[in-house]
Amino acid sequence: MSSTFLGMPAAPPRSPYGSGNLRGDEKFPKAAHHELRNDQLRRNLRKATHTIRGKRLNVTAELPDWEALRDAGSAIKTDTMNRLPELLEQLERKVTEAGGTVHWARDADEANAIVTRLVAATGSEEVIKVKSMATQEIGLNEHLESQGVRAYETDLAELIVQLADDKPSHILVPAIHRNRDEIREIFLKEIPGVDPELNAVPAELAAAARAYLREKFMTTKVAISGANFGIAETGTLSVVESEGNGRMCLTLPETLITVMGIEKVLPRYEDLEVFFQLLPRSSTGERMNPYTSLWTGVTPGDGPQEFHLVLLDNGRTAALADSVGREALNCIRCSACLNVCPVYERAGGHAYGSTYPGPIGAVLTPQLAGMHAAKDDPNSSLPYASSLCGACFDACPVKIDIPSLLVELRHQNTEQSGRTVEQAAMKAAAAVMARPGLYTTAQKAAGLGRVVAGRDKKITRLPAPFDGWSESRDLAAPPKQTFRDWFASDEGRATLGAAAREGAESRAESATPATDDSEEQR
Amino acid sequence: MRIGLFATCLGDTLYPDAVKSTAVLLARLGHEVVFPPGQTCCGQMHVNTGYQREPVPLVRNYAEQFGDASIEAVVMPSGSCAGSVRHQHEIIAERYGDAALRSGVATVKAKTYELSELLVDVLDVTDVGAYFPHRVTYHPTCHSLRMLRVGDKPLKLLRAVDAIDLVELPEADACCGFGGTFALKNADTSSAMLKDKLAHVTGTGADVCTAGDSSCLMHIGGGLSRIKAGTRTLHLAQILASTRTAPHVLTEAAR
Ligand code: SF4
Repeated sequence: MSSTFLGMPAAPPRSPYGSGNLRGDEKFPKAAHHELRNDQLRRNLRKATHTIRGKRLNVTAELPDWEALRDAGSAIKTDTMNRLPELLEQLERKVTEAGGTVHWARDADEANAIVTRLVAATGSEEVIKVKSMATQEIGLNEHLESQGVRAYETDLAELIVQLADDKPSHILVPAIHRNRDEIREIFLKEIPGVDPELNAVPAELAAAARAYLREKFMTTKVAISGANFGIAETGTLSVVESEGNGRMCLTLPETLITVMGIEKVLPRYEDLEVFFQLLPRSSTGERMNPYTSLWTGVTPGDGPQEFHLVLLDNGRTAALADSVGREALNCIRCSACLNVCPVYERAGGHAYGSTYPGPIGAVLTPQLAGMHAAKDDPNSSLPYASSLCGACFDACPVKIDIPSLLVELRHQNTEQSGRTVEQAAMKAAAAVMARPGLYTTAQKAAGLGRVVAGRDKKITRLPAPFDGWSESRDLAAPPKQTFRDWFASDEGRATLGAAAREGAESRAESATPATDDSEEQR
Repeated sequence: MRIGLFATCLGDTLYPDAVKSTAVLLARLGHEVVFPPGQTCCGQMHVNTGYQREPVPLVRNYAEQFGDASIEAVVMPSGSCAGSVRHQHEIIAERYGDAALRSGVATVKAKTYELSELLVDVLDVTDVGAYFPHRVTYHPTCHSLRMLRVGDKPLKLLRAVDAIDLVELPEADACCGFGGTFALKNADTSSAMLKDKLAHVTGTGADVCTAGDSSCLMHIGGGLSRIKAGTRTLHLAQILASTRTAPHVLTEAAR
């Protein structure tokens, strides 16, 4: 009944978290446990990630100014986030001036409703799509389906995923978990009129997809795309891709609807110079991506004659409000961090339960959709899905310090969780370690671990929560003497004294040249 | 030089041989080793698991124990603990500490080194006079490599060791899967990472797998012991402390 109490101002409303495909059904360790059993997935992931890793290292090492480019990319993105509201309004103005229409969507539901309305207005019951993470995030295809509109993915990998009624597992290579035999099976089953003699060779598979897609390009009147960049200064949108199917979607239909996360805006046209170098080299390991499309509003007589830009928040403002976590919004979705991540390589993308997997997903997903720690939210397990090895930070073209963000989110998680068994244990451990007297007593207790060790001085089974350790690892029995006891002992002093003398003698020897004379004197 | 030795809680309690070797090595090189007995733990496990209030006393204790100006440098045989002191203590002090803690932390941070950094950068030695006639492969731990950026300093030290047979570890820079409480919270993924590391280590035919962190070695060594690989783990300090006069005697490795 706080409405009657007027003495205290209410806390400013918190920006709402996003909705859509940003939360899995189970926590990461459990999901990973299932995925780890899939040997095919492990082999494919290993092969694919290692190949891309090698390519990326080659093309980033060859640029003398690669580090400067990364710094520039990071600086531009940080500046963008610091003045996002004004840049977005500028973008809206410029797009409108160029003949486009801008729509603002607070969350997945709003964005889906806007797109559905726009499609309905064209009278079309089919749309073609350019690969887009934003529309995957909001579950647009499923929503359109429920409204009687069929969406066709045109990116080859997305098409495979869609035909198999599967979920993408990688930002850039959505079907990384499928191999060519599986793809052949999917095509035979799902593409109408496909040649039953189809072989599992890349060229034949690509040709089958091409024939299927060409027909869609020629007959569908509405396309839906995402955007890699949106330029505030000019109102220009850009999509970079490899196959050219995106270019078809962006140019052939009568109506183009672009759904763009608000963090994709860039201040100036010339900023593209930086990102068109960073993105392809980091993502596919190519010097240039094969197709770069840029468009500004509507050009009479050329390309789509109706253009809509849907600006999607879906939790981004909430992420922006976190002064530490907002760094994750700098991401340009190149997927370099996924490809170098040892955890992603083993567990695969599905284990993260979100549109955004891998290291960046582990920080972005909880920021966009929240991690309601107290409610046992799967998202609260994501910040822990990392050994903090730091490979992602080194690979990131915009230098997002992902390990530090993970540690920060872990802290936010423990702060939200309230009292837990783990917290009590951590408190107790810190209390002991803060007092040297208690600490040495505890060390003696740890030494008692010797009694549970076998004859070979090994501990092979540990109780929970340490049982996961002893599944695959032994633990050496604690030693009889701690270092501090040795250091204070006669033996310790004698050993250090002997070492000092040995060093002094050998230094004296090498300082005086060993002549016959000096030998005699000895 | 008057060097403060931080044993780390893991080194002090479970892996004292690595710390002993660090002390012996520095004594042999002519330095005075001081061990402030009030030292305990750097608090890394707390911070990396998400607890930042709890380790404040630990951060304060570290700064107090080594704050003395007569201690010219602080060394520890652990890349990850050195990383915690240099990269995390400031964050904790900034958020939950007072002005005194912030300045104390800044002072000790500036003189805190991991072993190979101290030897190569501060003491300017690469040949420490060690003798180790065995086949060795080196695993660069993630925090040494990517947090502290020790680069090839440990390898420079190893290459200068007399009679050593140093063999390159394939995919050396890949994480072994330890990651502190990660190994417990995500035991399956951690074990899958370890499995690949073990295959690379055993593939070298090395007698010894070495590294600059007892924690990662506990993980790799625990795995080698379980699969009875015939390879053992030794801390870098133990190899560098071994001399012709006082050679390290290899223990029997589980086979
Ligand atoms: S976080 Fe960095 S490396 Fe990962 S996808 Fe985003 S831009 Fe690429």
